[in-house]
Amino acid sequence: MGAITTAHYLALSAALLLIGTIGVLTRRNIVIILMSIELILNAVNINLIAFSHYWQQVNGQIFAIFVITDAVAEAAVGLGILIALFRNKETVLADEVDLLKW
Amino acid sequence: MNFLDQIWLIPLFPLFGAAVMLLLGKKFDPQPPSEVAVAPGLEHTHDEHSGHDHGHAHDEHQHHGHTHDHAHEEVTGHEHHHHGGGLRALVSFLCPGMVLLSFIFSAGAVWQLSNSSEHTHQVIQFTWLAGLPFHMADGRLATLSADWGFLLDPLSSVMILVVTGIGFLIHVYSVGYMSHDNGFYRFFGYLNLFVFFMLMLVLANNYALLFVGWEGVGLCSYLLIGFYFQKKSAGDAGKKAFIVNRVGDAGFILGMLLMFSVLGTVKFVDVNQVLRSGQFHAETAAWGVLSTMALLLFIGATGKSAQVPLYVWLPDAMEGPTPVSALIHAATMVTAGVYMVARSSALYQLTPQTSTIVAAVGAFTAILAASIALVQNDIKRVLAYSTVSQLGYMFLALGVGAYWVAVFHLFTHAFFKALLFLGSGSVIHALGGEQDMRHMGALKNKIPITHWTMFVASLAIAGIPGLAGFFSKDEILWQTYSSAQGSNILWGVGLATALMTAFYMWRLMNMTFYGKSRVPREVEAHIHESPASMTVPLTALAIGTVLAGWIGTPKLWGMSGWFRGFEQWLEPSFASAAVEAAQEGAHDASTEWILMAVSVAVAIIGIAIARFCYHIRPEIPGVIEGRCSPIHRVLLNKWYVDEAYDFLFVNGLAKGGGRLLGAFDRNVVDGGVNGAGWLTRASSLFSIWWDRWIIDGAVRLTSLIVKLTSYPVRIVQTGRVQAYALFVVIGALAFFGYYIAR
Repeated sequence: MGAITTAHYLALSAALLLIGTIGVLTRRNIVIILMSIELILNAVNINLIAFSHYWQQVNGQIFAIFVITDAVAEAAVGLGILIALFRNKETVLADEVDLLKW
Repeated sequence: MNFLDQIWLIPLFPLFGAAVMLLLGKKFDPQPPSEVAVAPGLEHTHDEHSGHDHGHAHDEHQHHGHTHDHAHEEVTGHEHHHHGGGLRALVSFLCPGMVLLSFIFSAGAVWQLSNSSEHTHQVIQFTWLAGLPFHMADGRLATLSADWGFLLDPLSSVMILVVTGIGFLIHVYSVGYMSHDNGFYRFFGYLNLFVFFMLMLVLANNYALLFVGWEGVGLCSYLLIGFYFQKKSAGDAGKKAFIVNRVGDAGFILGMLLMFSVLGTVKFVDVNQVLRSGQFHAETAAWGVLSTMALLLFIGATGKSAQVPLYVWLPDAMEGPTPVSALIHAATMVTAGVYMVARSSALYQLTPQTSTIVAAVGAFTAILAASIALVQNDIKRVLAYSTVSQLGYMFLALGVGAYWVAVFHLFTHAFFKALLFLGSGSVIHALGGEQDMRHMGALKNKIPITHWTMFVASLAIAGIPGLAGFFSKDEILWQTYSSAQGSNILWGVGLATALMTAFYMWRLMNMTFYGKSRVPREVEAHIHESPASMTVPLTALAIGTVLAGWIGTPKLWGMSGWFRGFEQWLEPSFASAAVEAAQEGAHDASTEWILMAVSVAVAIIGIAIARFCYHIRPEIPGVIEGRCSPIHRVLLNKWYVDEAYDFLFVNGLAKGGGRLLGAFDRNVVDGGVNGAGWLTRASSLFSIWWDRWIIDGAVRLTSLIVKLTSYPVRIVQTGRVQAYALFVVIGALAFFGYYIAR
């Protein structure tokens, strides 16, 4: 086993981003979509931490903590909207809700 | 009692009777529901004959019909005897009683008038037509007004005595004659109404009020001719009388309006005063406005008094019950025209040209009607044409300016013609409804009173000296010959008519009363003299026929006092006519004696020919008929005048004109409307097309363009979050790719 390099982290981050993006685009359940968004954000976090470690600077880590905070807030708001939507439309499937057309 | 001031009451008595009968009669005398089906109990039978009797020979078929109907009449007559007895008694007394009251008042008034110094007495009750001022033809201002006023003068006094006196006798006669008939009260209501209007006509003091009576008698005539309205021929005859009279009335109204325009008044007294004041000159040379006025009034008279060309209604008027024929169509109503022209004598004296027309029309009518009467077989029809002929005599007298003679003939004619009609009614009654003289004969001893009274009347109308007809007819012939306006031709026509009159009257007498009986056996068994209510009026009229003429004996006979009373009595009414009559005395007496002898000889010759042809050698008429069948046919068919009128006026003018107007309406008026409709349709079709394809097309094209151009934009807007996210990703990748590729 060789040492773990920055390239590995970047590969992991790219994989997570890819998984998250595909999840957002393909899954119908909004809960899964929200989870996929979390994956994307975490891919970003890994990227930030990896480059912070590489450059030996703390900025990236600070930014990662902001992103985590942001993800929490976003999850809370997203779940709130989801519950409100379910109450009104009795569905959690994204393709059944096309109100944005109007 | 001052009857003179009460003359307005005279017409009111019969009006009261008529009002009671016509307003209340139905309540007292409910008719059985079967009335309509069987109503014309008595007249039903013989009128069926007259309905067919348009000159075609009666055949066996009709004969059978007659006897059958006779049996039918017996049944219905019996039925109607025992219902409504109480009311019939009331009607029988009330209606003749009202006329009797009028007669008493009339006689009283005339008596007082003859004793008073004035010749005219006016009772004006109120202004009836209070009109506005208007400009007369010559520019002066006059007021259009007419009084509800009554005028009694010698002329109208003769008329009211005739109307009420003869009217009363006919009412009494009707009580007997109509006793088998339904609609008893209705009949007497109409009769009384008629007497009311006739009295209004002769008592009116102006032309407008006269016209009220004039139209009223026309109405009553219509009602009474159509009395048996269930029968089509009776209804048609009523309508014919009404319509033909309207033609004359149009002339009367125009004449009256012209009189308003020229003279400014229609009051008899004022009109006479203006015309005699010398303001207007006699229109001897040129045809002037007065001649037109006189002619228009005369047209009115031809309608009411049955002169050529408007006489055609009178013979058909025989569809009514016989007393009606006697009262209206012989004694009173038809004399209205004579009365009116005599009343306008002042006008006719100024218009010699119109007077000549009057005389010519009168003479022509006299001889035309007499020629038709020669061959008719219906007893009433002979008398009807005789009436037309005698009225022609009256107009002949009016035309030659002998007004008092015309009124004198009117007076005597009323007696003997009423008598003849009532006598014929009695004959018809005795034979159970037979009117065809070919089914009569040898009735002399079976109905002696009827025979003797008719005998007297026939002598009178033929012109045998001593009886009423002689005096008046001889005077007419003499005046025609001698007066300034008369001529030998008119006299010749009059004499020929006198010959025919004597012939056809004695043909009637011989066929009815003498010779061999041609009455069917089953009818013969029933022949009976009429009841007293019918024979008494006959007798009274016969006495009148004998005596009435003696108040107008010829001047030549040199009698005085009562024997010349008629002319002297009427003198004030025809003031300037008397002047002309004085000039006429210039002719020598021997001429008058000769003419008198000629007219008597003619009468006797006529009687002798009739006696010879229809009694001594009864086969002769048949031979003559065979030899001269075209002439006979023409006479039997009344010169085809009815057919000609039918062709010219009914089918030609009325129906043809109607068709023409209809065609005009259909093609031009409707065509215009339809054309306008078609144009509107066409333009609206174009409008629809324009609207649909141009206006709507532009709008829809706009929307189509918007729709098409919006399509690509629209399909992107799915509304699904994931689709939008996909676009974001694609966009990001595109940018990414771009930077990498560069």
